[in-house]
Amino acid sequence: MSGEEAAARRSRPRAASASPTDRRPAAARNVFPDPRSAVAISIATTIALLLLWWAATEWRWIGPLFLPAPGVVFDRLVEGLARPIGDATLVGHAALSLFRVLSAFVLACLTAVPAGIAMGVSRVARGLLDPPIEFYRPLPPLAYLPLVVIWFGIDEAAKIVLIYLACFAPLALAARAGVRSVAPEQVNAALSLGATRAQLLRHVILPAALPEILTGMRIGLGFGWTTLVAAEMVAANVGLGQMVLNASNFLRTDLVVMGIVVIAAFAYAFDLLMRLAERRLVPWKGRM
Amino acid sequence: MGAVSIQGLSVSFPLPGGGWIDALSGIDLAIPEGGFCVALGASGCGKTTLLNCIAGFIAPSSGRILVAGREVSAPGADRGVVFQKHALLPWLSVWENVAFGPLLAGMKRAERRRLAEEKLALVGLAGFADRPVWTLSGGQQQRVGIARALAADPQVLLMDEPFAALDALTREAMQEHLLEVWAASGKTVFFITHGVEEALFLATEVVVMSPRPGRIVRRLPVSFGRRYLETRNARAVKSDPAFIALREEVLAEVRASARDGAGALA
Repeated sequence: MSGEEAAARRSRPRAASASPTDRRPAAARNVFPDPRSAVAISIATTIALLLLWWAATEWRWIGPLFLPAPGVVFDRLVEGLARPIGDATLVGHAALSLFRVLSAFVLACLTAVPAGIAMGVSRVARGLLDPPIEFYRPLPPLAYLPLVVIWFGIDEAAKIVLIYLACFAPLALAARAGVRSVAPEQVNAALSLGATRAQLLRHVILPAALPEILTGMRIGLGFGWTTLVAAEMVAANVGLGQMVLNASNFLRTDLVVMGIVVIAAFAYAFDLLMRLAERRLVPWKGRM
Repeated sequence: MGAVSIQGLSVSFPLPGGGWIDALSGIDLAIPEGGFCVALGASGCGKTTLLNCIAGFIAPSSGRILVAGREVSAPGADRGVVFQKHALLPWLSVWENVAFGPLLAGMKRAERRRLAEEKLALVGLAGFADRPVWTLSGGQQQRVGIARALAADPQVLLMDEPFAALDALTREAMQEHLLEVWAASGKTVFFITHGVEEALFLATEVVVMSPRPGRIVRRLPVSFGRRYLETRNARAVKSDPAFIALREEVLAEVRASARDGAGALA
């Protein structure tokens, strides 16, 4: 290499090359959002937290009444699969809770998405629906739980209604925001290709709003799981939330923690499913 | 049939701080059927507003626009638009985008597919039919936008700086292509550009516009495009002394009017 060549090499902006010692990003798009997978870091964090939990119980930093050992919680999980905890096995509790959350979620999708789209496209729908949604949205579900019980009784209906209300608002607002994310050029293009109002809705507005709707579904489903325990506070004998509440009444922290872990695992699994659906259904998201 | 007639068109927009701005003032323009009218001017002279009025996206403050003898009141499939920014639908494949107009009109799938492939070949994108549009380059996306406008078979083609985002080589090829498509189809074209050479090469009539208020300051009948169609030699047309002389003359005029406009603002 001649001296001149070496000098040219030195003066070249270092950001363009990706040598292992150069920690500066290669291009702006690699800075934000950082495209590299964070899975390894997430796994490391999980393992570290589990180790910390194990150490805290093994060396009695915290008493078992306050924090049961991971092994004990795991034992409760395995036992719960075979023998009943209260009125049902763990499978029975989980099945009924799943039914409650999912049926409420499906009902919310079927009603909130059309409501949100309507709010996005129509002044009248926006005027009609905005006050009630904005009124109840910030209320904690526990605050209106007594009313729901008085109106819908103590059967499944009340529980599903409570979870449904928790899912509805974020979904409707996401669908409404999705309509707003349609580019005016896309609407104009469709109109100048002869689209009617109905065709515009079906072929342009709905698909354009889909990424936001899917995000809203993720958030709504999360809210659904959050509300599960509140929903199962009233007259339930079976259900994960009820199982946790019942165990806490008897200071059975091992069962409480086991129940929490199971609820979290279900919620996380459904979130992963939603993300998968997002990748399948809206591969163009963020690309155009 | 596809003639465009603009009579006494004015458009004013409210300003955010109060008051009004005259985007267009007293525009009279007649494009005969099969004519190729190019609006030329610096940015802010109301070219795009004029196109949006013909397309039906903006309602005039006064005056009226007739297309094929009927007054424009809303967007319609008789006027196809090619946008500055392609405005494709990313959830549809390339061919589905091209055949979107025929889909809305209720054409059968097999027929749509055949039509889309024909139009894609016309803009040099044969073999791209099944690609997702977001995998195409900006220039390719722009050409899909042109194929889409053609596939709807409008009477009038409205093109808003369609080649501005293309590289110089592709732009020249697309200009030649557009002339051939125009000659073969006999469509009426209204085309916007800020490129003087592009305007002179394509048009049967160039209208030079000036800002604040947006108005037509010069009308210039030209025939370089027809000469290209006879010879198929674009470089010969563009390096012709008559072409160059006119190019410099019009360029000076556009620059002067842009300067005047800036002065009026200050």
